[in-house]
Amino acid sequence: MTAEHHPTGWRRWVYSTNHKDIGTMYIVLSMIGAIIGGGMSWYIRLELAQPGIQFIEDTQLYNVLVTAHGFLMVFFVVMPAMIGGFGNWFVPLMIGAPDMSFPRMNNISFWLLVAALVLLVIAGLTGGGPGTGWTVYPPLSSATFHPGPAVDFAILSLHVAGASSILGAINLITTIINMRAPGMTMHRAPLFVWAILVTAFLLLLAIPVLAGALTMLLTDRNFGTSFFIPEGGGDPILWQHLFWFFGHPEVYIIIIPAFGIISQIIATFSKKPVFGYLGMAYAMCAIGFVGFVVWAHHMYTVGLDVNTRAYFVLATMVIAVPTGIKIFSWLATMWGGSITFKTPMLFATGFIALFVAGGVTGVVLSNAGMDVALHDTYYVVAHFHYVLSIAAVFAMYAGFYYWIGKMSGRQYSETLGKIHFWASFVGVNLLFFPQHFLGAAGMPRRIPDYPDAYAGWNMVSSIGALITAIGTVFFLYIVWHTLTRGQKAKANPWGEGATTLEWTVASPAPFHTHEELPNMEPAQAGE
Amino acid sequence: MRNRRQIVTAALLVALVSGMTGLAFASVPLYRLFCQVTGFGGTPRVETNGPTNTGPVSTRHITVRFDSNVNSALPWRFKPVQRQMNVRIGEATLAHFTAENLAQEPAIGTATFNVTPHKAAQYFAKVQCFCFDEQRLEAGQRVDMPVSFFIDPEILDDPNAQDVSTITLSYTFFRSDSL
Repeated sequence: MTAEHHPTGWRRWVYSTNHKDIGTMYIVLSMIGAIIGGGMSWYIRLELAQPGIQFIEDTQLYNVLVTAHGFLMVFFVVMPAMIGGFGNWFVPLMIGAPDMSFPRMNNISFWLLVAALVLLVIAGLTGGGPGTGWTVYPPLSSATFHPGPAVDFAILSLHVAGASSILGAINLITTIINMRAPGMTMHRAPLFVWAILVTAFLLLLAIPVLAGALTMLLTDRNFGTSFFIPEGGGDPILWQHLFWFFGHPEVYIIIIPAFGIISQIIATFSKKPVFGYLGMAYAMCAIGFVGFVVWAHHMYTVGLDVNTRAYFVLATMVIAVPTGIKIFSWLATMWGGSITFKTPMLFATGFIALFVAGGVTGVVLSNAGMDVALHDTYYVVAHFHYVLSIAAVFAMYAGFYYWIGKMSGRQYSETLGKIHFWASFVGVNLLFFPQHFLGAAGMPRRIPDYPDAYAGWNMVSSIGALITAIGTVFFLYIVWHTLTRGQKAKANPWGEGATTLEWTVASPAPFHTHEELPNMEPAQAGE
Repeated sequence: MRNRRQIVTAALLVALVSGMTGLAFASVPLYRLFCQVTGFGGTPRVETNGPTNTGPVSTRHITVRFDSNVNSALPWRFKPVQRQMNVRIGEATLAHFTAENLAQEPAIGTATFNVTPHKAAQYFAKVQCFCFDEQRLEAGQRVDMPVSFFIDPEILDDPNAQDVSTITLSYTFFRSDSL
């Protein structure tokens, strides 16, 4: 190995073309995003703990906090951690490839995301900030109601983040299709690889539509076009169609990698291959496909006619079928397995519980009739935080504990991990479950004040937020503790249940792995 | 040298991205075409030649109500002369609105329009309308704005539209010289 293949110092990171180093940088970026985005949400919960205005007197600031929290958590926390972080780290390791197909493009993907984050921060600090909600609906996002440059910076930020995602997705797909080790057919690839493949295709199909819509909004705001301006012949509803054509696949972009992580962990700690492997893989494909034809269930209140709504209700409910296949296959994997409840497994089972709870309210909301009553209430907030926020974050925690030994070479403390799990599980449920009651009682989203009638459950919710915050700070301590005090990790700390290729290399994974391709032909693989 | 298959895969994926970007922009004309053809979202039809079959084909009547709105950026008063009309299906009808510029300077306005219930829009055909063009009013000027329309007798054959006894035609005037 020559020196230029193992750079050191700042060059190792800034110029990195190594999938593991880039993955690590994505995870670090995600943690920074989580601290900022989480801090905003706790500030919001602080304001909402009691009726009346206590802390956030400027309602535009409240809107900006809500908006930035959404953007950060979606684009700069969950996506970088799952796709950029775990995807970069473990897709090449799991398929037996030495690195990604386009290592330099991998570097560009990461640094574009950093640039996008900087642009988003600039957006928040100029002209009152973008108080549009993460959905950026015109006319609120138009030049009339957001005349300053804030929304333009936010648009630019999303453009750059989108370019980053598209380049990353092209890289991942090319890698998965072309760089699998001999004998590693698609039908033998681990489910996490399948999950990342489906996610990457969703990114390629969805992000360009967002980019197109954002460009239209940008020219509407600055160059006199009227795509979304009715007096010029446009239609603001068109924005909603385009946005949700991107936005609904986007929620699967967030959750499908989580499915992949959970499948690996459940199989490992049940010491069984995952139940219904092919069904699991094609269920993700089906979810991804159907996810593109259900977008208007976010728009039941815009005046769609009854037949259109009937279609979107039906199509949306159909998604429960492949999702149910996944849930039941996880349970069937655990059934009769030799289960050990290490921290990753606790978070994985926690994920299933939270995801089922959020999925059930999703089926409720898929009914157009119900949704008209619950639209823009805290019921919706509770629903999507159960699935996208806390279920996704539980999958990220699960992946972190599962793979930290491989990534850092040091194993976390099982006791600390379990404390973290229970603090998080109690905290997030106390935080979001009462919001169902608030929503069912009619409390609207995105308003910093509310009638006294909603005071009780809001206080409970805010106490849950406090417990979650303590759990999160404790997690940061665990990260520090693991990296400085952690036991040396074995190549395979999980024993016979961990059968994927990343456990065949040393811990921490050497700078270069699989330079000699592993042979996965059935005779030699010995599964 | 990277192997050829990887380059081909990446090129196909780039083409996919370009295709989706193109589709996003194509959605604008496609959406317009779709609305015009189907009456989706309450887009009324435009039939500048008038009713194709001469004379009323039905004794059934439908009440057409008129709704008028003015965006706050446009200092106009805009009202229908008649609140509602009882229209025989298939018969060309003329309705009148009046618009008055309350400001001291001229202004140009343009009206958007739609029809509710949405399912009736595809049968609501406009022959001539002030909303097809921009309208300029001098300071203090008051004008009569006619709209000529008919209700397509095909509405009688649509089982989903049998319960339609009232159609609302709505206009909103926006300022267009500020665009």
